[in-house]
Amino acid sequence: MSNVFIAFQANEESRPIVDSILADNPAAEAVYSPGLVKIDAPNRLVVNRETIEEEIGRDFDLQELHINLVTLSGHIDEDDDQLTLSWDH
Amino acid sequence: MSVDLQAKQIEPLRNTFGHVAKYVKGNKPASRYEEATFGAQPSTNFHYRPTWDPSHELFDASRSEVVLEDWYVLKDPRQFYYGTWAMARAKQQDAVESSYQFVESRGLLDAMSDELKQLTCDVLMPLRHVTWGGNMNNCNIGAIGYGTAFTAPAMFHAMDQLGVAQYITRLGLAIGETAVLDKGKQDWLEQPHWQVLRRYVEDTLVIEDPFELFVAQNFALDGLLYPLIFETFIKDRITKEGGAGVAMVTSFMSDWFKETSRWINAVIKTAAAESEANNQVITRWANEWSKRAEQALAPIAEIALQDNAQAGIDHARAELDTRSNKNGLSQK
Repeated sequence: MSNVFIAFQANEESRPIVDSILADNPAAEAVYSPGLVKIDAPNRLVVNRETIEEEIGRDFDLQELHINLVTLSGHIDEDDDQLTLSWDH
Repeated sequence: MSVDLQAKQIEPLRNTFGHVAKYVKGNKPASRYEEATFGAQPSTNFHYRPTWDPSHELFDASRSEVVLEDWYVLKDPRQFYYGTWAMARAKQQDAVESSYQFVESRGLLDAMSDELKQLTCDVLMPLRHVTWGGNMNNCNIGAIGYGTAFTAPAMFHAMDQLGVAQYITRLGLAIGETAVLDKGKQDWLEQPHWQVLRRYVEDTLVIEDPFELFVAQNFALDGLLYPLIFETFIKDRITKEGGAGVAMVTSFMSDWFKETSRWINAVIKTAAAESEANNQVITRWANEWSKRAEQALAPIAEIALQDNAQAGIDHARAELDTRSNKNGLSQK
């Protein structure tokens, strides 16, 4: 078992994204450091478009998260509705 | 000598303003919407009562029959404060602008038959005055309503209504000259089939309860008018008879209706859920006003849809009833 992670700049725009990720991934943990928030999760982490939309009250294009994305690790499985990080092939 | 640079995380003692923090659970940082909304309503230390209404304070929740422990529960699911609202509308304005460019450069409006142009103008032009009523009414909700969560979106809604009126005007000018607008006003003032609706609009202008006004204007009237005109009439009639250009330049109205319905539903649902008394009074308003609105729209459905008038009204009615149910209003 190893971690995957995703990190965002800590700002007003990324806060609802971080909140939705934490809501969707009970095992995930957010680590705050100056200007940065890194979310670690064992094996698998999923970002859902719908959860973010509920959080911010408007339509959201998953590509928008790249504006504040700093780094990530894990194999990416991405479509219009979700982005999943895991170590599966 | 070596200098050791280290990043150090400094935890803020407070994440937001005190008056906002009261409404944000768990000492979390507040969103821009929350900071612009919560605790912004003036509530104490009013100097004297307004001369135009000495029985109430300047800002007074008791102007409405609806009683809420805290008016900030009426949150806007779109989370609009001035910035996000203005940005959202600017984007939509760009879209409308490019629709106009497309429609004009390809002559889509000119290509319509004279009868179709006439029908479009007959039905849409007097609606400028209906949306002007919507503008006045929502301004009034902003003025006499209570709680920024409720009044701020009402003011945005007022400006949106004005925008809709302007889009209708622009369509009129694109189809004909200013005579088209004058004719619309004349119809509004004189044509018998517009008088029931005109009476409805004029009666809502003097409603003194901000929540009743909200139900009468935003839920009952617009809730029937938009599906009838911008869905059924434009989509099922004008477009099919060769007026796709009209549909393109009025697409803002159907999108806007969908978007604002979320807000209107949320306000009604939350207020009705707070107490049985609220539910009863809101249900009463919704039933009374939607019945009147239905009667007011019937003659317009006649000219807009002719044989299909009743079907159009029934469709709009069914949509409104579904919303009533979802918002927890008990039926008739």
